[in-house]
Amino acid sequence: MTDRLLRHIRPEQFRELILLVVTIGALLFFWTQIPNYFDPRSINRLTVGLAIPLVVAIGQMMVVLTRNIDLSVSSTVGLTAYVVGTFLTRNEVSPWVAAVMAMLLGCALGAINGLLVAYGGVPAIITTLGTLAIYRVVLVEISGAKTVTTGDLPGWIGSLPSKTLVTVRDYDLRLMVAIALIVTIAGYLVLRFLPFGRRLYAIGSNPDAARMAGLPARRDVFCAFVICGGLAGLAGFMYLVRFGNITVTAAQGLELQVVAAVVVGGASILGGQGTIFGVLLGVMLIEILQQSLLRWSGLSEFVKDAILGLLILIAITVDAVVLGRLREAWVNTRRRDRAAARLVMEGGADGAD
Amino acid sequence: MGRIDARRYLRRWESLLVLFLLVVLAYNITQVSNFLTAQNQANLFQLSIEKAIVALIMTFVIISGEIDLSVASMMALSAAVVARLNESRMEHVLAIVVALAVGLGLGALNGFFVANVGINSLAVTLAGYIGYRGLAQVFIEDNSVGGFPGWFTRLGQKGIIGPITFSIILFFIMAAVAGVILHYSGFGRRVYTVGSNARVAIFSGVPVARTRIIIFATSGLVSAIAGILYAARLGAVRSSTAQGFELDIITIVLLGGVSIFGGVGSMVGVLLSIFLVLNLRNGMTIAGITGNTQTGVIGLLLILSVLIPNLVSRAQGRFRRTPVEPQFQAPRPETVQSAG
Repeated sequence: MTDRLLRHIRPEQFRELILLVVTIGALLFFWTQIPNYFDPRSINRLTVGLAIPLVVAIGQMMVVLTRNIDLSVSSTVGLTAYVVGTFLTRNEVSPWVAAVMAMLLGCALGAINGLLVAYGGVPAIITTLGTLAIYRVVLVEISGAKTVTTGDLPGWIGSLPSKTLVTVRDYDLRLMVAIALIVTIAGYLVLRFLPFGRRLYAIGSNPDAARMAGLPARRDVFCAFVICGGLAGLAGFMYLVRFGNITVTAAQGLELQVVAAVVVGGASILGGQGTIFGVLLGVMLIEILQQSLLRWSGLSEFVKDAILGLLILIAITVDAVVLGRLREAWVNTRRRDRAAARLVMEGGADGAD
Repeated sequence: MGRIDARRYLRRWESLLVLFLLVVLAYNITQVSNFLTAQNQANLFQLSIEKAIVALIMTFVIISGEIDLSVASMMALSAAVVARLNESRMEHVLAIVVALAVGLGLGALNGFFVANVGINSLAVTLAGYIGYRGLAQVFIEDNSVGGFPGWFTRLGQKGIIGPITFSIILFFIMAAVAGVILHYSGFGRRVYTVGSNARVAIFSGVPVARTRIIIFATSGLVSAIAGILYAARLGAVRSSTAQGFELDIITIVLLGGVSIFGGVGSMVGVLLSIFLVLNLRNGMTIAGITGNTQTGVIGLLLILSVLIPNLVSRAQGRFRRTPVEPQFQAPRPETVQSAG
């Protein structure tokens, strides 16, 4: 029975299947608990809430694929949101220019991380733990404890978040959500079809082997950090547009939610493993839990982080224990199949193996 | 890189620390008139004593090739447990014992996941980093809980011998014990062996799993002790207590010359680094740099403490004529763990 199953599904796909079932299960559970759970307003709120973590998580995942981590993303989001916001209060530019500015600033911050990790040999956890603090301090210093407020921003900021592309029976596809989806699809295409994407997997699964095989490992790790920073910058722009008021603590703690989503979504912290679809599911599951637990009267808002921590622990344990076994069984099944095929081809010659 | 080179470099690293420390001390002495008085030095220590205590055990964790990101959250959790139980009128000593047991238990749980389930310690303690503070939130929500018995807050705030408080005495006792265990005991040698090459350690008959569990369990216990002392000193606990402390603690340890890749480091270096960071923060406060910016400077220091040795050793490799390096290096500890 497991043999037949394993002939058709790879263990990694099995993991995503589990996650999909859990996510749908969570949706159905809250549907029975919370009245009007699937009405347009609450679904729209869910999709809008997804957009920013999703964009950051796609970049984070590319870094995690290379056996690195970027904890500084929340400070990057906060810093770009504040800088671009301040710029907009003084200058009149189009939304596109502002978005590109935010991305460029994010890329620059990501490049600092990338330089230190790829070329300086400083472990990513050390680098980004440091820049998490440094970027935040830069924000505090340049702000002088002043806040960007909606009133000072140009008018288009106010109308952008509710801008809707398509509406099907009151279910909106907001512009913010569309941007996140485009980033997701682009991420999928890059990782699936571009040589760069494939190299990220190779570097993460065995950095030494990748280097010996002649892959430009340093450059690729650097690029992964730059992309991660750029997407965090884009998320910073989206943050500015969505909330309008930017304080020095903007987006603080976002890195936890994003890393949690990536890990829950099946990307291995040891690199080389993970898919965009898994990350999408991970972000969805965590956002559903966070939003729904708040509305579900059975629990207070204070259990949120405890559950997030537990969720990560469950995800990595399942990954280590269950999937390790599955992978073994999968390899065995394929080996047995091949042996059987060889036996048939050799006309049942004895002394096989 | 041979091991001899690394050690020779390390010795120089410690002398560098002494030099840096002297510079910072000199600055502080010139800026503040009564800087060297016992009162001032005790105060200086008192302000970061909890971080210094956790840095001692973090030294063991990092030398063994692992990392524990959950220490600060554990501090918050133990403080929250004490505060919550105190609020519900439990005998205070008993509340402290419960909080210590929670620390030991959760630390051992971290160790179990790392050593027996075989998950990367970064991932396990990241879950703890989020989850333990989450548990603290469950216990005390967003309240500030105080109302501790008088002896408890006195213990945290008043000096026992002159201006020297219980925490400072405890720190020096723990530092001595930690130094002896790390450098003069079989367990200490095992910590280095596990950290420099876990696979070799396994084949040499070193109980790797048990060593790791002991280290993580102690890390949880010591963090709980530090959290309780912090609660005693502040007199009140919030769920955001000790937030971000892991940055300072890891910085202190790495700045002390402990290698993030495991297997290298000394307690003397870490102690020097503790004095350095304490005095640096004090100096920055004198120079009018706010607490927030100080954290940024510490972050910068953290990066530099790894970057500079890297660049130096790379430059050495370039300028010194050495025989051709072996083609295949021994796998780093992290790759070994992923296999196990």
